[in-house]
Amino acid sequence: MPLVTFLEAIREALFEEMAADPTVVLIGEDVGVYGGAFKTSEGLLAKFGWERVIDTPISESAIIGAACGMSYLGLRPVAEMQFIDFIACCFNQLTNFVAKGHYLWNAPAPIVVRGPSGGGVHGGPFHSANPEMYFLHTPGFKIVYPSTPYDAKGLLKASIRDNNPVLFFEHKFLYRRIKEELPTEDYVVPLGQAVVRRPGKHLTLISYGAMMHVSLEAADALAKEGIEAEVIDLRTLMPLDEEAVLRSVRKTNRCLVVHEDTKTGGLAGEIAAILFERAFQDLDGPLVRVASLDTPVPYAPSLEEAFLPNAQKVFAAAKSLAGY
Amino acid sequence: MPVLESPAKTQKVSREQYLDLYYYMRLNREVEDTMTRLFRQNKIVGGLYSSLGQEAVSVGTAYALEKRDWLAPMIRNIGALLVKGVPPRDIFTQHMAKYTSPTKGKDGTSHFGDLDNLHIVSPISMLGDLIPVMTGVAMAGRYLGQKIVAMTWIGDGGSSTGVFHEGLNLAASQKAALVLVLENNLWAYSTPVRRQVPIDNLADRGKAYGISSYIVDGNDVVAVYTTAKEAVDRARAGEGPILIEAKTFRRRGHAQHDPADYVPVEQRAFWEKRDPIALYEKFLTEKKLLDFKTKQEIGNRLTTLLEKEREFAENSPMPPPETAVQGVYCTGDDCHKIRAKWARPQEELLPPKTSVDPVWVVEGFGRGGSTSGTTAPIHFGDVPSTPKDPAVSRNSPVKPASKPPRKAAAKTLPPKKTAKKGGR
Repeated sequence: MPLVTFLEAIREALFEEMAADPTVVLIGEDVGVYGGAFKTSEGLLAKFGWERVIDTPISESAIIGAACGMSYLGLRPVAEMQFIDFIACCFNQLTNFVAKGHYLWNAPAPIVVRGPSGGGVHGGPFHSANPEMYFLHTPGFKIVYPSTPYDAKGLLKASIRDNNPVLFFEHKFLYRRIKEELPTEDYVVPLGQAVVRRPGKHLTLISYGAMMHVSLEAADALAKEGIEAEVIDLRTLMPLDEEAVLRSVRKTNRCLVVHEDTKTGGLAGEIAAILFERAFQDLDGPLVRVASLDTPVPYAPSLEEAFLPNAQKVFAAAKSLAGY
Repeated sequence: MPVLESPAKTQKVSREQYLDLYYYMRLNREVEDTMTRLFRQNKIVGGLYSSLGQEAVSVGTAYALEKRDWLAPMIRNIGALLVKGVPPRDIFTQHMAKYTSPTKGKDGTSHFGDLDNLHIVSPISMLGDLIPVMTGVAMAGRYLGQKIVAMTWIGDGGSSTGVFHEGLNLAASQKAALVLVLENNLWAYSTPVRRQVPIDNLADRGKAYGISSYIVDGNDVVAVYTTAKEAVDRARAGEGPILIEAKTFRRRGHAQHDPADYVPVEQRAFWEKRDPIALYEKFLTEKKLLDFKTKQEIGNRLTTLLEKEREFAENSPMPPPETAVQGVYCTGDDCHKIRAKWARPQEELLPPKTSVDPVWVVEGFGRGGSTSGTTAPIHFGDVPSTPKDPAVSRNSPVKPASKPPRKAAAKTLPPKKTAKKGGR
């Protein structure tokens, strides 16, 4: 069976959902003829035609607005942000219109907003963002951030079938760097379920997206020193699988959160609060955060390397935590 | 695209329609009069935004829609909601934050909708956001094979937002069946329109999107209706979005708290003399469509109706506190069964029927004309067209490479002059 890259897994999910359900349409900048800036949607136009693969003007607010309006008539639009950084351009449309509709006037908006996120590819300050926390703080969104091709495909399918607006973050560093065999039959990965990527007993490493791979690399190094780290991949940030986090931390009694988003106001702070509220007695050491610097994402490789977490940084922090 | 005059004289209006327009304008005003009283009795929880003097715009435009069509109001378009079939109790309970309101007390004012029956999309307070949303509604309607038109409103103030441009431009590029009513009431809160935009007619903005626009007297309900009807018909026929600028005046402040003493007294006096209901009563009386008795009957009907609706609202409970946490997410089929209403065969939208060559077909390429009919050759790296097209043939010095044009002939050709005449 051929190996499928992270990017191809996303493309497969789009193909299969569009083939199975004519209410699924794709809308965004250069998604049609060009097949997307990263070629994620390559081949979709040829197969599904102009009505279902819609190239738009450079108008993120209009893309989200139109997707929302389409969803009111029962369509399930997938809206692409060419880079997820550009989601800032439609912040109002998303947070005030899309997110609040169900709560305020009982109007579900089954749309998926997806796009390439994250750094490590020298994209500079406007092509490397991890803006998930802006939206985690807005009630009404589901937020998905996969780390493997299997999950990317299964979670995207689940997101398209969900009746809520889902923000789907695709870490562009993973697009062509990781591959795996995928099942040939239809499957979904349900939203809201974390997964244990590596079992361990001495401490818990919680992460998502590209940082899951960094955490696994660090866990390998830790194992050589006799420290067995349990690696948890959150997969979905909203709903957050609190029980999976608690289960692991109650076992290991130590928790380290790794994310590529900047540190202040990042998800680690939220997880810390959950642990302090619900597992305070179980903690043997401080909750440790390994995250990006509180700066914009810098361009120069030397600066970006300093900015991003990596396996060495995680290893050092974990080793220190294991000493408690 | 030209700014068109109101087609008031060419569209036919029946006696029943004349009286409907009158009824809804009176209903609009009396619903708001009732709410003003409720506000003064402290029974309205939040703000109250008056459309006094603007009833002809709300009523006349929405009256041009059919039942299957979709609308999304601004906060003052209470008349449009009433015309679409919203009962007055919904408007009262919304303002009073009652549990029986369409949003169950989660939001107030005109901020509510109905996807299933009345086809109303709820507005939000950020202006302009409805334009791309209603563009999406129109696009989905076309996709599903429904012959629907989407209508929404924007003010002189809201027309300065970025999303106004994004939305109207997307609608125009998609040829979406959208009718955008630009309700120019001359004031955005305390800022007069002349301090917001450097143009006289906001309808002129349609030109920038290559769409038709109309200017209409917003206090003449017949003119508003007939213009909107023509626009709705044209949008439904596939002509793309249409902009209607209705010129009117906001007679109250931004909301109840605002005395609007920044408005010049002469301006207010001018518009108070042009009250849309008074003007229309005069028109109807002259046309012998309304007599004293009919007027009184309508008045009595409204009093009875609104008394009942107001009582319902006043007797309704406030939402129980435990509902505050409910309803952020749709929980699935038990919550909403999302089903598209197909009016065309779905096979048309699945392979192999949908298979296409993923290459742009650029309209106007090689013909010396763009889709809007004027010169485009420079943009698309145009090639000379066949001699059949007289507009371009005179401007076509290109001959086979082996036979370069004679110098004298080339000199006499004024390429730019003729290029202007190109197109259809």
